[in-house]
Amino acid sequence: MHWTRENTIQTKELRLENRTVMDNPLLAINDLRIRFQQGENSVDAVKGVSFSVNAGETVGLVGESGSGKSITALSILQLLPENAQCSGEISFANEALLNFSKSQMRRIRGHKISMIFQEPMTALNPLHTIEKQICEVLGIHLGLKSSEATAKALELLELVGIRDAESRLKAYPHELSGGQRQRAMIAMALACEPTLLIADEPTTALDVTVQRQILSLLTDLQQKLGMAILFISHDLNLIRHVSDRICVMKDGEIVEQGVTESVFKAPQHPYTIDLLNAEPDGEPEPLKENPANLVTGKKIKVWFPIKKGLFKKTVGHVKAVTDLSLTIHQGETLGIVGESGSGKTTLGMALLKLQISEGLIQFEDTRIDNMNQNQFRPLRREMQIVFQDPFGSLSPRMTVADIVGEGLDIHKLATEANREGLIIAALTDVGLDPECRHRYPHEFSGGQRQRISIARALALKPKLIVLDEPTSALDRTVQSQIIDLLRNLQKKYNLSYIFISHDLAVVKAMSHRIIVMQAGEIVEQGNTQQIFNQPVEAYTRELISAAFESQKSA
Amino acid sequence: MTRFKLNPLNQRRWQNFKQNRRGYISLWVFSILFVITLLAEVVANDKPLLLWYDGSPYFPTFVTYPETTFGGEFELEMDYRQDFARELIEPNGWMLWPPIRYSYDTINYARIAPAHPSLENWLGTDDQGRDVLARVIYGFRISVLFGLALTFFSTIIGVAVGALQGFYGGKIDLFGQRFIEIWSGMPNLYLLIILSSFVEPGFWWLLGIMLLFQWMALVDVVRAEFLRGRNLEYVRAARALGMTNGRLMFRHILPNAMIATVTFMPFILTGAITTLTSLDFLGFGLPAGSPSLGELIAQGKNNLQAPWLGITAFLVMSIMLTLLVFIGEACRDALDPRKYYSN
Repeated sequence: MHWTRENTIQTKELRLENRTVMDNPLLAINDLRIRFQQGENSVDAVKGVSFSVNAGETVGLVGESGSGKSITALSILQLLPENAQCSGEISFANEALLNFSKSQMRRIRGHKISMIFQEPMTALNPLHTIEKQICEVLGIHLGLKSSEATAKALELLELVGIRDAESRLKAYPHELSGGQRQRAMIAMALACEPTLLIADEPTTALDVTVQRQILSLLTDLQQKLGMAILFISHDLNLIRHVSDRICVMKDGEIVEQGVTESVFKAPQHPYTIDLLNAEPDGEPEPLKENPANLVTGKKIKVWFPIKKGLFKKTVGHVKAVTDLSLTIHQGETLGIVGESGSGKTTLGMALLKLQISEGLIQFEDTRIDNMNQNQFRPLRREMQIVFQDPFGSLSPRMTVADIVGEGLDIHKLATEANREGLIIAALTDVGLDPECRHRYPHEFSGGQRQRISIARALALKPKLIVLDEPTSALDRTVQSQIIDLLRNLQKKYNLSYIFISHDLAVVKAMSHRIIVMQAGEIVEQGNTQQIFNQPVEAYTRELISAAFESQKSA
Repeated sequence: MTRFKLNPLNQRRWQNFKQNRRGYISLWVFSILFVITLLAEVVANDKPLLLWYDGSPYFPTFVTYPETTFGGEFELEMDYRQDFARELIEPNGWMLWPPIRYSYDTINYARIAPAHPSLENWLGTDDQGRDVLARVIYGFRISVLFGLALTFFSTIIGVAVGALQGFYGGKIDLFGQRFIEIWSGMPNLYLLIILSSFVEPGFWWLLGIMLLFQWMALVDVVRAEFLRGRNLEYVRAARALGMTNGRLMFRHILPNAMIATVTFMPFILTGAITTLTSLDFLGFGLPAGSPSLGELIAQGKNNLQAPWLGITAFLVMSIMLTLLVFIGEACRDALDPRKYYSN
C-alpha cells in the first residue's frame, strides 16, 4: 500500500467523525506518579501525568529519552520493575487497573491490552518458532487448541503482510529480517484482538523504508480492527502522521496535549516549540578551492568467508564491501548513507585499518594498506573515530581526564607540565566545562558523553575523524547541538570527516559530498545538493522520499 | 596521587560488601585469626618473649643464646622450659612468657601422650606429646599462607593464559583450549601423590606441583571476558587511538575480567587449603613434623581413644572454610552489578 499525506488526513477525519463521543474514554490515566527507589535515593520518573485514550483513537506520546514516556506505558500493564512505586489512577474500560491482582492483570495483558516493543530481536524469544510464540498467546487467553491456534496464527501472519506466511510459521526469529520480525511481533500483539495497543517506539530500530511499511500496516490494521493505539515515539514527524492527539512529555510531566494538527501548527509550550525546531538544518562550510587529497581508497574489498564443515571449507562470502573507491579532501565531509547491513561501518573501519581489507588505501602520500599495525601506529593520531553508542564507547572505570588524556600518553604528545592544559583545551573545544574532568562517564548525559568522545579524538589533533553514526543514539535537540559543534570544529581545525549515518536529514546538514551504499557497493555518489535535488538511481530516490516526504508535506 | 581513593564504583562495591553482614563479620573474624596466627612465634612458643638477666634484656624468641650466657655449663641452646633454667635465671631476673608455652614441635614429656585437655595443654597433646593448640595455630598459618600463595600464583597464570587466548583467539585459543581440556582430564590427586614421592616435598615444591593443576580454574572465565571485551566500543576506540595490544589488555579489558576473577578467588583459596589438607592427611604433603591440619586429622583417625584430636581438627577446618566461603559470598554480592541493597 502506498502511503500519502492526503489519504491519512482523510482517514483521520473519517475516524474522528465516526467516533461517537463517549463519556468514558477507553483508557483514562489520572495523576499518575511513579517513583524509583534505589538504595537511599529515590527518583521521580513520572510526576502527575493525566491523559486519556478513546476507543479507536491513536494518541501519540512524544518526548526525549528519559522523559518518562516508556515508564508511563509500562505502568498501564503493571510491568514496572520491583523498585518502582506507582500511585494515581489508571482506569481501563471503567476498571481501576492499579487495584488489580496479579492474576487479574495477566488476563488483561496480551488480551485486552497488548504491547509492541522497540527492538524486535530481543522482544521475541530466539529459541522458539514464530508459530509457537503466537500460538502460546492464543492458547493462554482464548484457550484455542493447537490446530485451531495454528490456523489462526497463519491468518494473523497474512494479516500483518508477511509473504509466504505458511513457511514462515516454522521460522525462528533470527531467520527473519528486522521488518518481518516487527510484523511478527505485531501479529502476536494482535492475536487476541486487543482494544488497546501500546506501541513503544515500534519503528525506531528499523530502516527508513521499512519504517514506512510498518506504519502504514499499523494504521491499516487499526481501521480493520477498530482498536485504540497509544503510540510512543521521540520522532515528531512519525507521530504527526499516525496520531489523532498527542501528549508532549518532559521530565515526567505532560507539558502540552491536544489535537495533533493544532499542536503542530500552533505549539503553546516553549518545549514543544524547541522540539519542533530541532530538525537538523543548515549546510557545511563551503570548501576551499582545490583542496588536497587526504585519503584515497581504490578497490577496497572486505569479504567475510562463510566456513562450513569439519575442515572449514570456504563455501561463500559475506560481501560487506566490494571494490569500492573513494577520495576525501582536506576539510571536507564525506557522507556515507545506506540502510543497516549496507557495509558503511565496515568501510569506515577498513579505512582506519581496524578491519582487515584488500585494496589500496593512501593517507596523504603514504600507502597504509600494506603497513602492519606497528608501522601504522604513529599514523593513528591523524585518523580518529567517534562511535555511535555514547554509553559503550567510554570506559566506565576512567575519569574524563584519563579518557581524553589517554591518546596523549600513547603518542607522547604531552609533557607532565602541559598535559592538564591540553585536556582542558580539548574539553573546552567541545563545549564542556573543564571542571568536569575529574568525574566519571556515568555522571553525564548521552550528548555530553558524545562530546567527551569527540574531545578524546580531538586531543590528538587529527586530520581525519570517522564519525560512525555519532548522533543516532541522541535526541533531536541534542543532535543539532552536536552537528553545530562538529561543523564549528571542522572550520576551526580544517578537519576532514567521514560521516556515516542512516539518517538523511543529519547527513544533509553535515556533508559536502555523499556516497549512497547498498549491499557493499556504491549506488550513487555526488555533491550533496545534486544527490538530494536530482537523485538518479531509484534506490536513492526511495531513500530520500522515505526520509523527507513527511517533512515536505508538513 | 589520587590512586588510593576508591573510585565511585569501588566505593559502591565496598558498601555492598559491608551490607552482607555475615560476610563482613566473617572478614573481621578471619582477619583477626590470621593476624594472631601470623604472630604465632609470639603467641605460642617454648621460649620467653623477654628475659631480664643481670640487669640487661635478652630476646630468646629472636636470638639464640647458649646456656653459658646464663651461667650454665654447656654451649648448647638454652631450654627455658626446664627447671634448671628457672633456677639459673630467676634469682637474677625474670622471664616474660607467651600465653602458650609450647611451640609446634615442643614435646611435653611430663604427661603421657596423647594427653587430654587440661590447664597445662588447653587442647591436650597429640600422640607424640606435642601441644595441640600450638600446632593448630601454626597449622592454620601455614594452611592459609599456602592457600594464598597458590591462589596468587594460579591467578596470575590463569589470568595471563585466559587473556592471551581470549584476546588473540584463533589458533592460540584453539590449541590452548584443547590443551586445557586434556590437562584437566588428568587424575590430579594421584599425579600429586606420584610427583611428591619423587622429591622431598617442602612448602615450595608442594606449591609448584599443585600449581601445575590449579592454574586452569580461572582460564575459562577470563577468556570469556576477553572474547567479549575485545569488541567493546571503548576498547575499539582505544585501539583507534593507537594503543598497543598489551596496554589495551591491561588497561581496558583486564578490569572487566577482574570481577569474575575476584569472585572466584575465595573459592580457589578454600579449594587449595582442602587439597593441602588431604595430601597431609594421606602423608604426601608437608615434611614430617610440620604443623599441619591434615596431619592432625590423620592423628584423630588413628587415636579414636583421644577424641579431642579429631574434634579439634574438624572444628578448625570447618570454621576456617566456613569463614572463607562467607567472605566469598559477600565478594560475589559486592561485585554483582544488579544487586542493590536498601537500608
